[in-house]
Amino acid sequence: MNAPVKIETSLKDWETDQEVRWCPGCGDYAILKAVQRTLPQIGADPANTVFISGIGCSSRFPYYMETYGFHTIHGRAPAVATGVKLANPDLDIWLVTGDGDGLSIGGNHMMHVLRRNVDMQIMLFNNEIYGLTKGQASPTSREGTRSPSSPLGSVDHPANPCAFALGSGARFVARGFDVSKKLPEVLIAAHAHKGAAFIEIFQNCIVYNKDVFDDFAAPKGAEERQLWLENGEPMLFGSEKTGGVRGLALDPAGPGLNVVTVEAGDWQAAGVLVHDVTNRAIAHMLAELPFGPFPMALGVLYDDPRPTFEAAVAEERRRASEGKVASLAKLLAKGQTWTVDGTAPDPI
Amino acid sequence: MASQAAEAAPEKFGQDMSQGSAPDAVTVRFAGDSGDGMQLTGGQFTLSTALAGNDLATFPDFPAEIRAPQGTLFGVSAFQINFGSRRINTAGDAPDVLVAMNPAALKVNLEALKPGGLIIADTGEFTKRNLDKAKYDRNPLEDGSLAKWDLLAFDISELTVEAVKPFGLGRKDALRSKNMWTLGLALWMFDRPREPIHQWLREKFRSKPDIADANIAALDAGHAYGETAELAGPLQQLHIPPVESAPGLYKTVTGAESISLGLVAGAQLAELPMFFGGYPITPASAILHHLSRLKEFGVTTFQAEDEIAAICAAIGASYAGQLGVTSSSGPGIALKTEAMGLAIMTELPLVIVNSQRGGPSTGLPTKTEQSDLYQAVYGRNGDAPMPVIAARSPSDAFECAIEACRIAVQYMTPVMLLTDGYIANAAEPWKVPDPADFAPFPAKFLEQKNAGDNLLPYARDENGKRPWIKPGTPGLMHRIGGIEKAQGTGHIDYSPANHQAMTDARAAKISGVAVPDQDVALGSTSGKLAVVGWGSTYGPIHQAVGRARRRGMDVSHIHVRHIWPLPANLGELLRAYDNVLVPEMNTGQFKTVLRDQYLVDARPLTKTSGQPFSIAELEEAIGTYFDGIAGNEGGEVPVNDTQLPSPEAMNP
Ligand code: SF4
Repeated sequence: MNAPVKIETSLKDWETDQEVRWCPGCGDYAILKAVQRTLPQIGADPANTVFISGIGCSSRFPYYMETYGFHTIHGRAPAVATGVKLANPDLDIWLVTGDGDGLSIGGNHMMHVLRRNVDMQIMLFNNEIYGLTKGQASPTSREGTRSPSSPLGSVDHPANPCAFALGSGARFVARGFDVSKKLPEVLIAAHAHKGAAFIEIFQNCIVYNKDVFDDFAAPKGAEERQLWLENGEPMLFGSEKTGGVRGLALDPAGPGLNVVTVEAGDWQAAGVLVHDVTNRAIAHMLAELPFGPFPMALGVLYDDPRPTFEAAVAEERRRASEGKVASLAKLLAKGQTWTVDGTAPDPI
Repeated sequence: MASQAAEAAPEKFGQDMSQGSAPDAVTVRFAGDSGDGMQLTGGQFTLSTALAGNDLATFPDFPAEIRAPQGTLFGVSAFQINFGSRRINTAGDAPDVLVAMNPAALKVNLEALKPGGLIIADTGEFTKRNLDKAKYDRNPLEDGSLAKWDLLAFDISELTVEAVKPFGLGRKDALRSKNMWTLGLALWMFDRPREPIHQWLREKFRSKPDIADANIAALDAGHAYGETAELAGPLQQLHIPPVESAPGLYKTVTGAESISLGLVAGAQLAELPMFFGGYPITPASAILHHLSRLKEFGVTTFQAEDEIAAICAAIGASYAGQLGVTSSSGPGIALKTEAMGLAIMTELPLVIVNSQRGGPSTGLPTKTEQSDLYQAVYGRNGDAPMPVIAARSPSDAFECAIEACRIAVQYMTPVMLLTDGYIANAAEPWKVPDPADFAPFPAKFLEQKNAGDNLLPYARDENGKRPWIKPGTPGLMHRIGGIEKAQGTGHIDYSPANHQAMTDARAAKISGVAVPDQDVALGSTSGKLAVVGWGSTYGPIHQAVGRARRRGMDVSHIHVRHIWPLPANLGELLRAYDNVLVPEMNTGQFKTVLRDQYLVDARPLTKTSGQPFSIAELEEAIGTYFDGIAGNEGGEVPVNDTQLPSPEAMNP
C-alpha cells in the first residue's frame, strides 16, 4: 500500500527465470500464483516491492518473485524487515514465513513486529509441519501428530496463529488457504491496511502432512465448514441445499458465540452478528472458534489501523532534529573542554 | 582526627612536596559503598584534573549489582585515577591515596595501597554494624594495623551534616552530600579550583536549587577542612604541574563516547545515514544511550527485542542502503553470530562493536577481559572471514570506529570492533579531532545493470567487493540470501565448484583488505624482545617497556590494531626479535593467532582476574628475558611487592 504510483503489470512480470523447487502438488504453488495475480491488481511496482523470508519451504518464495528479495535466516525475517522498513519506509514489504519459522524459532520477532506495527504484509504459511527438514511436528501440529520426531504422536498443544497475532497487538488479522479463490481478496485487504497485516494461509504439505486441512478446505461441503467474513455482512454459512443456513450469534448465557439457524432468510430475527472488522473482542472469538462445532472463520477477522512504527520513528527523529544543526565539528567539541596553545601548556 | 606515623614507611605521601619537588604522577582511589556516589565523585575529580592540564587515566571498578546491600564487601564501588605532569598510560598500579568511605571499602582496597600512602577514612561509618559487615573483628582505625600507611581518619559524615545544616535537610539527605565533601577535600589536596564543580552542581540540580546549594556547601566545607588539616600537620597540598601537550582543544572522553562519536563520523565520511540496532547489555549499553541522543545526525537507534533482532535489523537497514551498526558484549555477540554469517554471505556492510567483559556465559558483567578474540576472528559456522579491529584506549576508539566503517563500506563486509569494559568506562583527555582531517569514503550504489543487459549482483570489483544495490532502484530487482550464491548472478547454487570458488572469493576479499603496516610503538624494529599487545593493555605495556628500556633492556612494544587481517609486514617484523611476549587479559588467544599465522614462538603472559595488568607485573615478566644485564644481575627485575595483587602467573 506504499507505492504512491500505481504501475501497470501482468502476472508474467512477477515471475522469475528460476525453476520453482517445491514438491509437485505443494500448496505453495497456488499461493505463489495468487500473489502474482494480486500484485498487478493493486498496481504494485516490482522495483519497490521487497519479499523477505526466513527459512523453510515457504521461505524460498522470494526467489520466484521478480522483485527485490531477501532470503534471511531461520525466524529472523521480521527483524530484518523492520530494519529495511525503518531505513526506507517507501518500500512495500511482504514477509513470507511458516509455522515453524514464524511461531517457533521466530516467535519472539513475530510478536514484536506485530506489537510495533511495522507496515508490511506478513504471510504465514501454516502447514502444521516442518517440511524442509523432512516432516517433524511443528508448533501448530495438532496433538497426536505422528512424525519422525514424535513417532507416538505429538503431546504438545498447538499454537493458534491468529490468536497469537491478536494477542501480540496485531491490527490486521486474516485467514485464507492456498487453493481458495478468495485468497487474492484477502491479500488485497492486507495490502490496503497500513501497518503490520498478519495473514495465516493454510497450506497443504502434500508430502508430510497431506490434506490435513481437508476437514474445512475440501471443496465438497465447503459452505458448511467455511465462514467467509465480510465487513458489514452477517456471519452466515451453510445453505438451504445442505443443512440449512446458519449464522453466528452472541451467546445469551455469557460472552461467547453460538451457531443459530436462520429461518426463511431472516438472519436478523435469528440474532446473527454483522461482522465489524474493528471489533477486537469478536475478532478474538472468531480466531478461537473451535472447529467442528463451529465453521472455520476465514477472510478478514480484524482490521483497525493505528499509526505505524516507522512513522513514529521518523516523527521522533524529525522532532529531535528540529532547530539543530548537525555539525560534527561542534559535536566533537561539545562538553567541558580546555585549550592547550603553543608549547607552553596552559591549564585554562 | 587520628594520625599514625609509620616507622616502616620511609616515604610519606606529600613528602617530596615539602622538600620542594612535586611527584610527576599521583594515583588516587575513591572507594565507598555503591550508594555513596563514588563514580560521580571520581568523574568530577577527573574533570577538574583534566581542566588543570594534567594527563590522566581512570579506572572505574564497580559491582554488577545496581544497589548491593549497604556496607558489604561486594557492594564496594571504587574509582581510581592516575594523573600527572607526564604522559599517563594507565590508571596506575598502586594508589598513593585511598579515600575509604566505610570499613568495607577500606578492607577491599587496602591491599592495593602503596606503603606510606595516605588513607582518608570516614570514622562516622566505622560503626560496630559496618565493621561486622566488613568482617572486621576490631576497628582497624584504632588497632594499629594500618601503621604501614599514613592515616587521616575523621568524621566526614558528621562534618557533612554540620555543613549542610542551614539547608534544613533530613539526616539521610544531608549524608548524601558526603561525596561532595570528600571531593572538596580532594580538590584542596591537589590545588584545584572549585568553580567548575559549583557550575556542574548548579546545572545538575537546576530544578532543585536548595540541593545544589547544600552540595556546594559540603564541597566548600571539605575544601576548607583541608586548609585546617594542613595547619594541623600531616596533610600536604600538592600541585601537579600540567603535562606538555600538543596545542589544541581538549576534552575528556570515555570509550563509549568516543566510539559513538567515531561511528557518527564514520557514517558521515561514508555519506550514509546510520542505523544502530542495540539491546541492553553491560557494558555496551552506553553506546546505545549516546547514539539515541544524536538523531539529528541521521542516526536511527532501534532498541530491539533481543540481540539477534538488533543485528538483523541492522543488516536489513544496510540492505536498504544505510550503514548498519550493532553493539553488544560477549554473550550478546554470541547470539548475533548466525546473523554475522548472513552479512558475510550476502556481503553487506555492517559494524559490530563488542565491548568485551569477563566470560564465559554471564561471567563478570562489569569487569574487563579480552577473551572474545577467538570469537571475533574464528567464532562462526562455516568459513566466515571477517575483519577485526581492536581499540587500545578511549581516544583511540574514535579512529578505530571510523576505520571499521571504512572497511565495512569499502569491502561490503561486516567488521568487528573490539573494545572492552575498561575502555568503555575509562576516561582520558582527548585532543578534539578535526573531521576535515579524515579522508571521506563515500558509499556508491549501483544504479544500472552492470553486465550489458544483465545484472550481476555478485560481480566483483578489483577489491573483490560486490555492488551495493538498494531495493527501490528501478530495473535492478534481484534476490539475495544466506544460501550459497552462484558467482556473478547470486542465484542459489550448491554445486561443488561454485562453493569452492565462492569460499575462496570471500576469503580473498577479506585477506586483501588494505591495512596499514605495523609500526613499533616504542623501541626498535628488531632486538631481544618484542612485547606484542592489542586492545586496552596498551597503557601498562607501554609504561613497562618504557621503564625496562630506561634500565637498558633491549625490549620494544608493538601494539596491533588490525587483528584480522593482520598487517602484511607483521610476520617479518616479529621474526626480527629473539623473543616475542604476548600479554593478554585472556588465556593466550592472540598468541595462538600469531603462532598460527607466522610460526613464531610467541609466548603468552595471561591474566583473567577481571583487572587490568599492572605495570609492575609486566616489568617483571620482561625482566626474565634479561639475565645478566648490568644492575640486574641474578636475572630478574626486583618485584615490587606493594603492587596490586595479581592472581595470574606466567604461563610457560
Ligand atoms: S515438503 Fe511439503 S511444504 Fe515443502 S515443498 Fe514439499 S509439499 Fe511443499
